[in-house]
Amino acid sequence: MRGAAKKNYRKERIARGIKARSDDIYALVSYKEMWYLLFPRLIPIAGVAVVAFFLPLYWKKVLITTCIFAMLAVSWDFLSSCGMLSLGQALFFGTGSYTAGALNHYLHLPLYATIPVATLVGGLISTIILLPVIRLRGVYFAMVTLILPLMLMRVVEATRIFGGTEGITGLSPFPHTWVEITVILAGMWAALFGLRRFIASDYGLIFVSIRDNDRAAMASGINIYAFKAQALFIGSCICAFCGAFMTHLYMFTGMPVFAMEFSILPIAASTIGGIGTLAGPLLGAFILVPLSELLREFGSLRIVFYGLILVVCVVALPEGIFHYLSRKYNETERWVKIE
Amino acid sequence: MSILEAKGITKTFGGVTALNSVSVDVEENTLLGIIGPNGSGKTTLVNIVTGFVSPDRGSVLFKGKELIGLPPYTVTNMGIGRAFQMVKPFFHLPAFKNLIVPLSSKRVRAFSGGGYGDKDAVALDILEEVGFERDSSVPYKTANVLPHGYLKRLELARLIALKADIFILDELFSGLSIAEVTSIIPIIEKLLQEGRTIIMIEHRLKELFRIAHKVIVLNYGIKIKEGPPKEILEDEEVKKAYLGVEV
Repeated sequence: MRGAAKKNYRKERIARGIKARSDDIYALVSYKEMWYLLFPRLIPIAGVAVVAFFLPLYWKKVLITTCIFAMLAVSWDFLSSCGMLSLGQALFFGTGSYTAGALNHYLHLPLYATIPVATLVGGLISTIILLPVIRLRGVYFAMVTLILPLMLMRVVEATRIFGGTEGITGLSPFPHTWVEITVILAGMWAALFGLRRFIASDYGLIFVSIRDNDRAAMASGINIYAFKAQALFIGSCICAFCGAFMTHLYMFTGMPVFAMEFSILPIAASTIGGIGTLAGPLLGAFILVPLSELLREFGSLRIVFYGLILVVCVVALPEGIFHYLSRKYNETERWVKIE
Repeated sequence: MSILEAKGITKTFGGVTALNSVSVDVEENTLLGIIGPNGSGKTTLVNIVTGFVSPDRGSVLFKGKELIGLPPYTVTNMGIGRAFQMVKPFFHLPAFKNLIVPLSSKRVRAFSGGGYGDKDAVALDILEEVGFERDSSVPYKTANVLPHGYLKRLELARLIALKADIFILDELFSGLSIAEVTSIIPIIEKLLQEGRTIIMIEHRLKELFRIAHKVIVLNYGIKIKEGPPKEILEDEEVKKAYLGVEV
C-alpha cells in the first residue's frame, strides 16, 4: 500500500497511547506497557547473543568486526549530534590501537590492563590532537579530521616508530573466542545505551544545543569549546576502545589501523541507519558489514553490488531505516480526508 | 549610575566603516533605545558589546570591568543577555528544553546554589511568564514548528532564565502583530520594575518611544543624536536620516 496515496486524503500520524504517556518504564502499570518499551531493547540484545552462540567460527569473527564498526558508527553519530562532523574515526581508532600495542609490547602489560588504559589514553591523545582545531566548524573541522590519520600513517612510515611499516606483531591474544564476543558485545551495548541516556539528560541536552545553534548556546552562557572537547573525548574513547580491542584480536597493530575504511564505513552505516538516533548507525553497521562478507563470492564485482545496495537504501529510505521503524512502532497511521 | 559604558567603538568590515567612534552610556535600570536606518551599525554595536565581534578600537566597561577580548559566553555569564534579531532557538529541542541550556549556565548555577532542583519546572514557569499557555501543548512542541511570535518570546525567555542584568533586545518586535507587541510591552515594563537594564534596538518607533527613557540614533555608523524620545521625534537630522533628504 505504501506509496499509493489515496486521492484527496492525507496520512495522519498519532503517537500510540503508551508512547504518548511515558518514555520511562517506572511510570507504566501493566506488563503489556512495559513490554512495549522493553521489546525493541531486549530483543536485539538477546537476539545477537543467541545468534552468536550458533554461528560458525568464521561468522563469529564477522560478528566481532560488525560490532567494532557498529561502535565506530555510534561514536560518529554522537559526534555529529554534538555538531562535529568527523571524517576521521580512524584517528581515534588508530590512536587506541597503537597505545594498546605499545603498552603490551614495550611494557608487557596484560590485555586486561592495556584495553582500559588504551581506551582512556587514546581518547585523551585524540582530544589533545584536535584541541587546536576545535573552533573550526562543519566541513573545515571535517577536513582536518580526514587529513590527520593519513598524516599519522606517513609519520609512522617515515620515522619508523612502533615498528614502522611492519607494525608490532605477537601481542597477547584473548584466551577464548567467547571472551572476545562477550567483551565486544558488552562494550557495544554499553556505548549505545549509555550515550542514548546521556544525550537525553539535561547535561547531554547542552551538547545537542551546540549542534542546533552554537551562537545561541554561547549567548546562553555555555562555553561551547569546553563542551566540544568533552564530546570529543567521549566519542574518541569509544573508538579507542575498538582499536585496542582489535589490536589484541589480531595480535597486531600497524599502519592499516589508520585506514580510510574505519572513517568511511561508520558514515555509510549512519546514513542508511538514520543519523541522530544512535541506534540507527548500529543497525546500519549490522546490515553493511555482514552484507560485504556475503558479497565476497562475487569477487571483484563485490564493490559494485555493495554500492548498488547502498544507493537503493539511501534513495528508498532517505531518512534512514531506524527512523522508519521507530515511526511504524511508535505511531499509528490513518487516512484523513482533506476538506 | 551608568552600568555599561562603550567608548570610541570603531569597526570596519573591509572598506565599510560599520561604526565610527561611537560612545554609549547606559544608566542602570533604564530603557535605552537604539534606532537608525538599515545598515547603520546597530547590530554590530550589540555584537561588539556581547563579544561576538571584536572592534578595531574602543572599550566597553560593564560595572567597571572591561569586556573587549572576552568570549561571548563569559560576557553572558557576567550578566549581559542578548536576544538575536534573527531568532536562534535550538530547533530540535522542545520549547521548554530550550531553556534548560541557559539554566545550565555557570551564571544560573551560581545563583541557584549548584544547580539542584527541577529545571523543567523552572523552564515552564518562565515560558508562562512570557506568554506560552501553560496547560496547552505549546511549551512541549519542538521549536521548529512554533510560529514566529513564540520564537521571539522564547528569545526573551532565554534572557529571563539567565537572570541577566542587562537585556539587549535586538529588534524583538519585528515581524510581530500589534496585538503581540502590546502583550510583550508589559513584560518589559515588569523587567524594568525588577531593576533590570534594557537596551532595545527597534524599527517600531511608536512602541519604543512610549517606553524608552533615552534614545540613541545611529546613521552610517555615526551617532547623530542622543536624548529623551520627545527631542528625538522633533529632530530635523533624524527625520532626514529616516526619510531621506528632499531634492
